Amino acid sequence: MTAKIVSFNLNGRDVDVMVKPLTTLQKLLREDLGYTAVKIGCKQGGCGSCTVLVDGEPMMSCLLPVEDVAGRRVTTLEGLAQGDELHPVQEAFFENYAIQCGYCSPGMIMVSTALLEHNAHPSREEIVEALSGNICRCTGYEPIIRAVSTAAERMNGNGSR
Amino acid sequence: MVAETPLNVVGTSVPRRDGLGHVTGKTIYVDDIKFPDMLHLKVVRSPIPYGKLNGIDLSEAEKVPGFVRALTHRDVPKNVYTILTLIGVQPDDEPVLAVDKVMYVGEPIAAILAETEEAAMEAVSKVRLDLEPWEPVLDVEEALKPGAPIIKDWGTNYFIYDYEYGQANECRKVRLGDVDKAFEEADFIVEGRYQTKPIEHAPVETTGCVAKPEPDGRFTVYTNTQALFFTLDNTALILQIPFQKLHFVGGTVGGGFGGKVDVIVEPLATLGAMKTGRPVKYRFTRDEEMRASSSRGAWRMYFKDGVMKDGRIIARKVVTYADSGAYHRHTPYAVTKHAANVAGPYYIPNVWIDVYCVYTNRQPGRAMRGFGVTPASFAVEVQMDKIAETVGLDPWAIRFINAYRNGDIRPHRKVVDDATLIEVMQAAADMVGYDLPDEYRQMSSNDREGGNG
Repeated sequence: MTAKIVSFNLNGRDVDVMVKPLTTLQKLLREDLGYTAVKIGCKQGGCGSCTVLVDGEPMMSCLLPVEDVAGRRVTTLEGLAQGDELHPVQEAFFENYAIQCGYCSPGMIMVSTALLEHNAHPSREEIVEALSGNICRCTGYEPIIRAVSTAAERMNGNGSR
Repeated sequence: MVAETPLNVVGTSVPRRDGLGHVTGKTIYVDDIKFPDMLHLKVVRSPIPYGKLNGIDLSEAEKVPGFVRALTHRDVPKNVYTILTLIGVQPDDEPVLAVDKVMYVGEPIAAILAETEEAAMEAVSKVRLDLEPWEPVLDVEEALKPGAPIIKDWGTNYFIYDYEYGQANECRKVRLGDVDKAFEEADFIVEGRYQTKPIEHAPVETTGCVAKPEPDGRFTVYTNTQALFFTLDNTALILQIPFQKLHFVGGTVGGGFGGKVDVIVEPLATLGAMKTGRPVKYRFTRDEEMRASSSRGAWRMYFKDGVMKDGRIIARKVVTYADSGAYHRHTPYAVTKHAANVAGPYYIPNVWIDVYCVYTNRQPGRAMRGFGVTPASFAVEVQMDKIAETVGLDPWAIRFINAYRNGDIRPHRKVVDDATLIEVMQAAADMVGYDLPDEYRQMSSNDREGGNG
């Protein structure tokens, strides 16, 4: 298998990487580039813990070949905060105790961030729907839903419908 | 007089110490750790529940590019162990790697060390096993029937209790009063059969560790175990090295729920590091976590209660069969917890309890959130509802009438001095908006002080 160079934007910086065909974005980000907020839960698209944003859309990086992100914008949890300043979604997760073991948190936060980009005032049902691909085995879903509502309120005013 | 430190945390919200790490992705979990020259360990597992292991052919596996070496039972200094040896449970019954037979689907037979995880997995797939299947024992009651195949070396399919006292009891027994006499006096007999099923903990972070040889001859083991020192001690015993040769680093667990209490990955990873002089990562795949790792055990419980017309339970007889799976792990201990709690938080003057720790050709059962007690509570409370229905009393009433009070004696002879059931039920009634009759509203855990002790 011949390796090839793929260029894309990662957390605001342009990168060129050399990968073998069908290398997953998860493997590249974690193992080669050290972005370990991209978690491994199942490697089969079943748990959502490896979710990153590609051009703002949540995608499971364990199912995504690196070649597919050529020329696109990839954001991991490491790219969300502005320096020491947390993103409002991170802040809301922290303050609402929407974290237990923390392993699903990166995926949950990325999905929630994408949701609020598209929908400034999601209803409870819309939040639940958006999070439906992400598993929290500590079963702390209620604080997570509260955190997304809190973040919506802070970012866009008025709060949840 | 020394001023008392003010206690002012209850009722306030305290930010989580690890919270900022979690929301920024900076928390380091075991699988995030890697070292140069690190090897990956994968295990060859039994595809059958029970059978004779005649041989392991590694010749094709050794040809896989990246293969470094294999480990079999001959490489493990003390191959047969049992985790609870640390609290005196014996005999050792579980091999780190199978010797001449396999006891459950997923049992480790050999370990492969390779340069990459993919190479290790490929080599595992090329190992050929010579296995001769035997008829497995899959049901706890079938396992105890005369003529059932005996799967344990000591000659019974149950754990033998009280060997340390020179006895050989086939189960954990609790006796109080005379149940047979009380059954004759009872107005109603209420019976029930209760069965819980195995449950996989399924933490999102799979079980894993990294073992790293250090220049001073020690090994640093980064692990997501829920039982750090317990695992360190067992690893040292299995490897026959002094405890101080091991430095375990843990505390960050991506979900455990009891599923990361057993000692599974650390002995093999550390052995791999000893044999190769290189860091070794051994991490379960999702498939291994779901199928090979142990689950919450399954419990079967038979209840027979003698009840009076006024709702008082005067006798309870329970026979329980706990499915330990192929090995002890924690089940002999869970059985004792179960026996101590299966009468429930109720005062019953005549009690007869037999709890069997039974071995089958299933995945070993393990801890999960109150193991031993959770199945007891499930059965006890369904039984309480059944009793209420039989007697024609409200489910709340039946519980207030039977709730144990301070001063009552429990079947295992402990006098209750910390009863709170009545007060908890009163608070629960308020929270769900149930209008509790005065008679129960006025009850207290202290209204029978010295009464039934």
